[in-house]
Amino acid sequence: MSLLQVKNLIVEFPSRHGTLRALDDVSFEIAPGEILGVVGESGAGKSLTGAAIIGLLEPPGRIGGGQIMLEGERIDHLDAQAMRHIRGRRIGAIFQDPLTSLNPLYTVGRQLVETIRAHLPVSEQQARQRAITLLRDTGIPAPEQRLDHYPHQFSGGMRQRVVIALALAAEPKLIVADEPTTALDVSIQAQIIALLKNVCHQHGAAVMLITHDMGVIAETCDRVAVMYAGRLAEIGPVHEVINHPAHPYTEGLMAAIPDMTQDREYLNQIDGAMPRLNAIPTGCAFNPRCPKVLGKCRVERPDLMHAGASRAACWLHEGKAS
Amino acid sequence: MTPLVKVDDLAMTFDVSQPWLNRVLERRPRTLLRAVDGVSFEIERGKTLALVGESGCGKSTVARLLVGLYQPARGSFIFDGSDAHASFRSPQGLKLRSRIQMIFQDPYASLNPRWKVGDIVGEPLIEHGVQADAAGLGERVAQLLESVGLSRADASKYPHQFSGGQRQRISIARALATNPEFLVCDEPTSALDVSVQAQVLNIMKDLQRKMGLTYLFISHNLAVVRHVSDQVGVMYLGRLVELADKHSLFANPRHPYTRMLLDAIPKMRDTGQARTRVQGEVPNPLDPPAGCAFNPRCPHANERCMRERPVLKEFQGIRLACHAVDEGRIA
Repeated sequence: MSLLQVKNLIVEFPSRHGTLRALDDVSFEIAPGEILGVVGESGAGKSLTGAAIIGLLEPPGRIGGGQIMLEGERIDHLDAQAMRHIRGRRIGAIFQDPLTSLNPLYTVGRQLVETIRAHLPVSEQQARQRAITLLRDTGIPAPEQRLDHYPHQFSGGMRQRVVIALALAAEPKLIVADEPTTALDVSIQAQIIALLKNVCHQHGAAVMLITHDMGVIAETCDRVAVMYAGRLAEIGPVHEVINHPAHPYTEGLMAAIPDMTQDREYLNQIDGAMPRLNAIPTGCAFNPRCPKVLGKCRVERPDLMHAGASRAACWLHEGKAS
Repeated sequence: MTPLVKVDDLAMTFDVSQPWLNRVLERRPRTLLRAVDGVSFEIERGKTLALVGESGCGKSTVARLLVGLYQPARGSFIFDGSDAHASFRSPQGLKLRSRIQMIFQDPYASLNPRWKVGDIVGEPLIEHGVQADAAGLGERVAQLLESVGLSRADASKYPHQFSGGQRQRISIARALATNPEFLVCDEPTSALDVSVQAQVLNIMKDLQRKMGLTYLFISHNLAVVRHVSDQVGVMYLGRLVELADKHSLFANPRHPYTRMLLDAIPKMRDTGQARTRVQGEVPNPLDPPAGCAFNPRCPHANERCMRERPVLKEFQGIRLACHAVDEGRIA
């Protein structure tokens, strides 16, 4: 059974000029222990998907339809009180900026102990011991001393390690990591990505890794979901999506990334920009920018269809059985 | 041919001391942050030099020194044969400023949200007296917008009506208004998505070819640098550690820091292959290590590296600051 199941998820923002659909009919699953990458441009809805899963949609945003199931149990309609028992205990979260996810007034030890004791029936002493183990697991030197330091005494990379330790504190089955390395330098990013991958594997946690960096996805994930204008464009095994993209948007995205192995005078570009939420074209959202557009694309919205080992929301793959 | 831009031993120091009273009471000395500490390079006309490095290595400070936003603590910047920082202060400074322009990182912060695009792009034309009459001004603004792939009708819109990539094109149009020869680009695409980044990089390459522009391109993204540059300078804690033409730097990186940076890039293809583990973090720039600044993270550091600071010198056609390579300890 899959650990997380998202079915036809819709997230809406009511506004003066009508309701805006920021996520439109998004469905995917995450298996236990799996790392799913979610990639897309700013505004494609990747962070919103993560926020909907951990129950942290900012009002007036709301779930307008669909279901989110965690281990077979619906969690999308739970109230704030019930959600608080799931968040941290069963779903951990890692955000982009480690400085804003830690409380600057408490030592990291106090924050870890508080989190552990909120979710697990352990004594202060046991929680402290566990906090030390977690910090050691995440590669922080001299954890016994570091426990009593404040967040400002840590560097950016070390803070993100503390945040990862916090997310793992109550042994959740799923971790939603929203751009965990974007605020870090490339040499630190490499360390954090390797750490995230290893530690989650050790603790048996699945990860939903949200990022705009295809390189990070390629190195970390088992499968990847590509989002465009609030919809899933393509989802499949990571090598398949990178080497044989099935959706023209994925293809354009891959070609636009400057490559370290080839020399090109000009980069391939996708002309135009992603549509705004109030101006999403009918049919396929990508049709005005698509080089392979068909008549049908302008009229009817494609569902995810089998395309090799992946599935893509594109009429080009209509009728091709897997 | 003499290079258009010649930077020699440029340095910039920031005073980050405690306030005077604290220093007196607590008997603390002044604290100086050496953001840039003796950087030298040249850029030929029509070429691109890229500076790469991690946060806090001083690359943006170099950019700000070159456009005259900072006065250097030491060293010189010779632009087209004359001392630029002397002329920035003289009455001819305005003329020089029209020849050196800058593109900033964040197109959301660098455009005045209350001004129309036409006014934003037209301001340098009026300021530098390039175009005084209203009709000519409008025509020139339209031309500039078209040169970066926007339409002339966009002049009457406000910045918030554009996406990030379009805004960065407006910044480029503004920078081009005075017909500059040298553009300093400080992370021009790091705030943009990859598909939009490709559009902006292509436009910058096009403009360079058409107008013979010279670029100083600052970035932390080595893949982008590899795409746009002719020469690459790698900076670490305020100093250049390696300066080489693009092909030799990427094919055969010499300095251990350059190798580490290249290893740290996530690879798109041949996945599954573990990359070399990167060690440690950038030290505190207020208290840099003695000797080579990279020695605490360097796998090849020996006693000499901890004692003596290597200088940037010619080494097999490139410029390099490393004892280990110099002594032949590493290939």
